[in-house]
Amino acid sequence: MEVTYLAAINQALHEEMRRDENVFVMGEDVAELGGAFKVTEGLLEAFGEDRVIDTPISEALIVGAGVGAAVLGMRPVVEMQFSDFISCAFDQIVNSAATLRYRHGGRAACPLVIRAPSGAGIHGALFHSQNPEAWFTRVPGLKVVAPATAYDAKGLLKAAIRDNNPVVYFEHKRLYRSVREDLPEGEFVVPIGVAELRQEGRDLSVITYGGTVHQVLDAARILDKEDKVSVEVLDLRTLLPLDREAILATARKTGKVLVVHEDRLTGGIGGEIAALIAEHAFDALDAPVRRLAALDTHTAFSPPLEEYILPNTNKIVEALRSLAAY
Amino acid sequence: MDDVNGAPTPAGPELNARLEFELNLYYQMKLIRAFEDRVSRLHRQNKILGGVYSGAGQEAIVTGICSALRPGDFVAPLHRDLGVFLMMGVDPGRLMAQLMGKENGLSRGKDSFLHGGDLEHGIFGSTSMLGSSLPIAVGAALKFQIKREKQVAVAFFGEGAASRGDVHEAMNFAGVRRLPVIFVCENNRFAYSTPLEKQMAIEDVAARAEAYGFKGHVVSGNDLLAVVQIAERVIGRTRDGGGPALIECKTYRYRGHSEHDPALYRDKEELLEWQSRDPIPRYEFYLEKRGHDVRHVREQIDERTRQVVQAAVDFAENDAFPEPQEALEDLYAPPAGPANLNGRS
Ligand SMILES: Cc1ncc(C[n+]2csc(CCOP(=O)(O)OP(=O)(O)O)c2C)c(N)n1
Repeated sequence: MEVTYLAAINQALHEEMRRDENVFVMGEDVAELGGAFKVTEGLLEAFGEDRVIDTPISEALIVGAGVGAAVLGMRPVVEMQFSDFISCAFDQIVNSAATLRYRHGGRAACPLVIRAPSGAGIHGALFHSQNPEAWFTRVPGLKVVAPATAYDAKGLLKAAIRDNNPVVYFEHKRLYRSVREDLPEGEFVVPIGVAELRQEGRDLSVITYGGTVHQVLDAARILDKEDKVSVEVLDLRTLLPLDREAILATARKTGKVLVVHEDRLTGGIGGEIAALIAEHAFDALDAPVRRLAALDTHTAFSPPLEEYILPNTNKIVEALRSLAAY
Repeated sequence: MDDVNGAPTPAGPELNARLEFELNLYYQMKLIRAFEDRVSRLHRQNKILGGVYSGAGQEAIVTGICSALRPGDFVAPLHRDLGVFLMMGVDPGRLMAQLMGKENGLSRGKDSFLHGGDLEHGIFGSTSMLGSSLPIAVGAALKFQIKREKQVAVAFFGEGAASRGDVHEAMNFAGVRRLPVIFVCENNRFAYSTPLEKQMAIEDVAARAEAYGFKGHVVSGNDLLAVVQIAERVIGRTRDGGGPALIECKTYRYRGHSEHDPALYRDKEELLEWQSRDPIPRYEFYLEKRGHDVRHVREQIDERTRQVVQAAVDFAENDAFPEPQEALEDLYAPPAGPANLNGRS
């Protein structure tokens, strides 16, 4: 059956809550309303008020209480209404949750999932467009995932819920209803930490994730058709821990790498990937690793500004042509 | 304000000034309603993009509170308080340009809706992070205290935002230092879809004030006269060194949480009940008791607000979008020298 990215997340929640009675959902407007984006729709009816909990507007509490329940063996899936507001829970995530096992000498675990609708391109302006993943990808003890397809959205959420560690799960708002695909009937999970080759290619590699995966695939098709350039596309899917083998393998294969993300350039994950490649696959490179990301500014509101700031298919095509010509 | 015919029989100069003040408040409240109605319509026509949060039904609160503010005071509106901008004297055309992301908008296209503040008019542009503006109002009040200025800071917040830790931290410190800050809670009984009883185990946010060491007041937020009276009394007291205060205004929002929200979670009867307490006819009733020919006044004011709103729309529609490269401007103030902190060169 064809399922949207959004419905895939919803399915994963239903399935995991049915499978394990310790899984529960908590956040602002998640119960009665079914979430601001309808991601948790139907859960209240199916699982009742004990397991689908509307909270006050209290992000620190939402994550903190999630940690408290998780440490006693529950598997909370908490929601930040927008990933932008995850900053209000920052301490509970990077301190309470991420260091929990370490400071208990390996004798405790925090099986918590923090869902965070992220991403730009919907006129959300400064505080409803953010891609805050890089604030978290340098925090040991956390795992960070960012699915781009309905299949991965479902499989990664199921894996995150079963994982014994705190997982920050970024779901891209622009993909909610624009991405749909046939999902297999039976049970499946997508392992955390494993990237996926979306498209094999010979000449160039693009490493990307989340919201820009589809733009990159469109750009790759244009290069294939108009330039006869064959582009390999690696979708990271997990941002912490990175799939180093997959990253280095594609770099070694084509020798020319472009990293694309919607998060800002400076301090974004692209820098880490470029460093990894420079350290471990320098000898295989035919060109410097290039990065295409949001400009180093805030995601402005006015359409011409937003357009100028964010990556898009045309900008990716240009970057690929320039890299091909190197 | 302009002359309004149909004024009551002449009285002493003080009473005349008061009558004029009261009529002006009526105009302001009507202007806010008309402006926001137009904004909702423009949003449906895709001329205003992004999140739009209507304050329809709550106009008496911003009108009444801001009527007691003076030049130099500091105000942090909440996401629904477009009315604060009009009350504090922001040009309606620039405000409309702000909502449309145009070049002459307050943030020059950088941010949406009410996030572009206007410090020249004392307005702090709040982020979306609910409750985060309360500590900032406390900081403004701290400045007034340090500099011995007879100014006040006002922070508006929803009862929903009251659940955030920032709100607690702000009120606690305000109480400790007896700062000239007034916290105004617009309790419209819903935070998005979440009803009051799921947000707090008490009925009145104002009850919390006592625990911070200052007074909490409850007033009908749909009664402009009552809001004006309490604003004059409480803000006046704070201005005179009486310390912080909390004013909780009971109210109800007419529209969805945002224009995207059909608000199906609400009881239709409840909405109806609150609409029957609409602040505008209620205040008209007062004006009538004051001896005004209300029908006449209303006609005149409706015509005037229509013109103001239309002029604002015309200005904004004719305004240009910013140049794309401007996306990289305004990130940093000039490194040294006398910074033009409030305005722009
Ligand atoms: C920290 C934070 N969490 C969540 C949101 C999303 N959000 C925006 S408005 C809103 C409800 C606000 O309710 P309230 O404070 O009562 O103000 P009202 O909208 O009712 O005027 C929510 C949950 C936000 N803006 N900021």
